[in-house]
Amino acid sequence: MLDGFLALYVFMLAAFTGYEIIARVPVILHTPLMSGSNFIHGIVLVGAMIALGHAQTPLEIGIGFLGVLLGAGNAAGGYVVTERMLEMFKSSRPGGRESR
Amino acid sequence: MGWLPGAIKACYFIAALLFILGLKRMSSPRSARGGIVWAGAGMLLAVLATFALPDLHNRGLILVALLIGTAAAWWSGRRVAMTAMPQMVALYNGMGGGAAAAIGAAELVGFAGAAVTLLDGGRFSADGQAPGAAQLALAVLGALIGAVSFSGSLVAFAKLQGWLDRRFTFPGQRLVNLLVLALAVVLGALMVGGLLTPPLIAGFFALALLFGLMMTLPIGGADMPVVISLYNAFTGLAVAFEGFVLGNESMIIAGTVVGAAGTLLTQLMARAMNRSLGNVLFGSFGAAAGAAQAIDGAQKPIEAADAAVMMAYAERVVIVPGYGMAVAQAQHKVWEFARLLIERGVKVKFAIHPVAGRMPGHMNVLLAEAGVPYDLIADMDEINPEFPSTDVALVIGANDVVNPLAKTDPASPIYGMPILDVAAARNVIVVKRGKGTGFAGIENALFYADNARMLYGDGQAMAAELVAALKGLDA
Repeated sequence: MLDGFLALYVFMLAAFTGYEIIARVPVILHTPLMSGSNFIHGIVLVGAMIALGHAQTPLEIGIGFLGVLLGAGNAAGGYVVTERMLEMFKSSRPGGRESR
Repeated sequence: MGWLPGAIKACYFIAALLFILGLKRMSSPRSARGGIVWAGAGMLLAVLATFALPDLHNRGLILVALLIGTAAAWWSGRRVAMTAMPQMVALYNGMGGGAAAAIGAAELVGFAGAAVTLLDGGRFSADGQAPGAAQLALAVLGALIGAVSFSGSLVAFAKLQGWLDRRFTFPGQRLVNLLVLALAVVLGALMVGGLLTPPLIAGFFALALLFGLMMTLPIGGADMPVVISLYNAFTGLAVAFEGFVLGNESMIIAGTVVGAAGTLLTQLMARAMNRSLGNVLFGSFGAAAGAAQAIDGAQKPIEAADAAVMMAYAERVVIVPGYGMAVAQAQHKVWEFARLLIERGVKVKFAIHPVAGRMPGHMNVLLAEAGVPYDLIADMDEINPEFPSTDVALVIGANDVVNPLAKTDPASPIYGMPILDVAAARNVIVVKRGKGTGFAGIENALFYADNARMLYGDGQAMAAELVAALKGLDA
């Protein structure tokens, strides 16, 4: 585990980063953004993999397996629906780069 | 293989960086598509790096769970309709919360085992030491938040899916909820204090799940978007806490960023709906609404052909779509109609209320699906000053978000909600199924205004009639 105060600093800076990124976002992107941030916390999958990878008793293995299953669902589902929403955003201006 | 741990750490670092940059790109329509791809690359990198961890066991099982979870979610995410997006986000978010809770459970069960056989104390902690109080506290807290997010999100999913129409309320509900939460916290504190027994752990999780359930059941469907957004932030926080326990920096960064961003997004949504977060969670909509103003006058109908002519010879037309349009699957026809108007030289814009659709931005997605370019879509602050110079405002499937009572009637439950000033346009045409009230069950003064005409019918059918009438003009 990270040293106590270092962990607090990381927590504080990451929280400000998240806050600042969203602060200027247009309303039209709220739904895709909620979905996109939902995908990003799919990183929980990595933690579930570590938990299952270190599990020893059948109970721990069962819990870990469930965790990986759910984590993978979060990551994959979050990615697919966000990507589907965002690929539809395009501009009517000619010459404007499309959807990226 | 001395370089391997460093390389894995580097991968986690790059993944965290890609998440932040991806989220940044997602906050602008032009670069949004690239944003999710960047974040996706980060996720792939982090997962591959985790597979390379040297002390990882059960790799076969991990792979099986990974494949099943990915395939099921990918398949469901591919085929779900755009109108159902909010509940899918709730579902996937619940899964993330559940995964965070599962990590916490695995940790605690592991710690419990370690407490019995002190020899291999804390074999779950990354650095192989016995769990400290801070580590235990974070594991418990992350598990609590994750479990609440899990069961709460599933209820939100069921409500939006239409499986749970009723609001479950009973006297003293708040007190009971508070009691359940307090009990869960007490059990959690006992665990942090070192009393790690399997029954205690099981009881803790049962209470946490129960609290998520009971907290969400009394909340009405209209408030669900705010709740989903809140649980999204919860899951982020839970992931960050479990990341601290596991010593995984990418989880800490990504979880915290989402926790903060999600909290802000929740506030923005609640504000757009004129609801405070406390009101959403602890009040019930319209419960204490006084007698609403009676509205004088009559609704004046119009035929599709006349409406089409009115707009064909207008200079500026603003289309105000609501969720009713999406339900009727009319967005494609409406866009076809708008394109015909544009070809005739009419200046057409789409005006979107922040909470049009089921959640902020949902309507934009539905219009984008129909092919409407985002630069023709204006938000409330942008379009409201333009209504007085608008010839025709076409309201289709929207109701409460254009109701002038929100400005004039303090007794109305929607009083104070910012609305689209449609009534300020020279003419208003409202496409509506019948004479009933909207989602919130409130009469709409707009429908009785002198400059308003009602086009009664199904959104899809009426849009088709408008298109046909417009084409007939040139024939």
